[in-house]
Amino acid sequence: MESFSLILAIVVVTALAFDFTNGFHDTANAMATTISTGALKPKVAVAMSAALNLVGAFLSVEVANTISKGLVDENGIRPEVIFAALVGAILWNLLTWLVGLPSSSSHALMGGLVGATVASAGFGAVHGDVLVTKVLLPAVAAPIVAGLAAMLATRFSYGIGRNAGGEATRKGYRAGQIASAGLVSLAHGTNDAQKTMGIITLALIAGGAIAPGSNPPTWVILSAGLAIALGTYIGGWRIIRTMGKGLTDLEPQQGFAAQTSAATAILASSHLGFSLSTTHVVSGSVMGAGLGRKGGVVRWSTATRMFAAWALTLPAAALVGAGAESVTDLGDWGTAAVAVFLVGASAVIWKISRREVVDHTDVAPDDAAEPAGVVTTAIAAVTPPPAGTVTENLTATIPAPATDPAPAAPAAPPAAAV
Amino acid sequence: MKIDWAALGSVFGVSLAFTVGLVALFTLGVNGLSRREKAAAQGGSAGLAVTGAYVCFAACAAAVAYGIYLIVAKP
Repeated sequence: MESFSLILAIVVVTALAFDFTNGFHDTANAMATTISTGALKPKVAVAMSAALNLVGAFLSVEVANTISKGLVDENGIRPEVIFAALVGAILWNLLTWLVGLPSSSSHALMGGLVGATVASAGFGAVHGDVLVTKVLLPAVAAPIVAGLAAMLATRFSYGIGRNAGGEATRKGYRAGQIASAGLVSLAHGTNDAQKTMGIITLALIAGGAIAPGSNPPTWVILSAGLAIALGTYIGGWRIIRTMGKGLTDLEPQQGFAAQTSAATAILASSHLGFSLSTTHVVSGSVMGAGLGRKGGVVRWSTATRMFAAWALTLPAAALVGAGAESVTDLGDWGTAAVAVFLVGASAVIWKISRREVVDHTDVAPDDAAEPAGVVTTAIAAVTPPPAGTVTENLTATIPAPATDPAPAAPAAPPAAAV
Repeated sequence: MKIDWAALGSVFGVSLAFTVGLVALFTLGVNGLSRREKAAAQGGSAGLAVTGAYVCFAACAAAVAYGIYLIVAKP
């Protein structure tokens, strides 16, 4: 730890920033159904998920550098490459959050890593077959596995419990949903916080700060756990809204079936060694639960947009990662330029997000707003910028006063409403 | 390229069986409790249904405990 170079510090900070985006991007996985069915109040749900994420980060002592293992050649991986990979992953996470689409944070990270490695060492350094078996196939399999399980479970549940109703039923499903959502949160903490720890450890090893093969230092575990918990607590309300209300309309039974199917599939896959992305599993199980109820509908337009985001995740993050890596290659000023670009781009995305604020008041069960339009309006809010970077400042500032007062009457404090 | 179909198949089977089983158990438990609710409203009791419900919930709790065990003891 003595030789803690500047680039290493930048990588650690960026990795923690990624961990943070991972947290608020994936809150939806654990809590969207619980919130949309009214089992938990939005704020309580994210607080519980954050706490369990933090606990999860400490549960497993395994060094989770599986994210890089096998996918790219680890030999000669430099901190700059990891930095470039993280830039790609963070930007993709923020962009998908802006349009409110759930997409896999792990895929974004792997995409960034693949892109940065290709830019740094050529296509030979990426193992294409590992890419297919570990990334692409699971992305197709996860929603099918979890979706079918959730659909059958929902059918069954409505079949058996046809005459159920009343207070006991409501309370029962509420408890069931909380328990299964808790399991998903815990599993998420162990998986995803571990990923960041693995990345930081990899960077520390690559930078020569700690000996190869060592466990993550305690400060790494602590900071990674706190970053993901904080991100979870802030809550990615846009994605929660899509997941809980946008894809389908969920009743408590369906929410319970979806969340149980998700928890089971996640645990089974990580236990049996065919790892599936949490996001894909949960999206699939929500859709399955939607199909399982008689008269239930899945909004395929939203689902299609989500699938498109999944397909784009890897190449998009790879592209940004590759671009970032080729700039950092130019020298220290290149790295600085990428860092400035990352901060600037994140700020722009955040600024655009302020045009249509989505916060915890928008995800509650009372279905006043039509959920189908949610993603459409989010995308509509995003479309203006491509008009040109020159007019960026103009388009970003002028519409704000016009649109702000209309949708969100209770003026929430900016920091609380992300 | 080697795709681990066996692992994928077992994930599929286990997920399906566990999910459907758990949800069915839980639904039965909830049914038992709501039967007690109805019985209580009519001034009666439903001992058997309630006992069954608690057996169902205990099985679900055991499944959750096993899940936590899997998370903690991940190799």
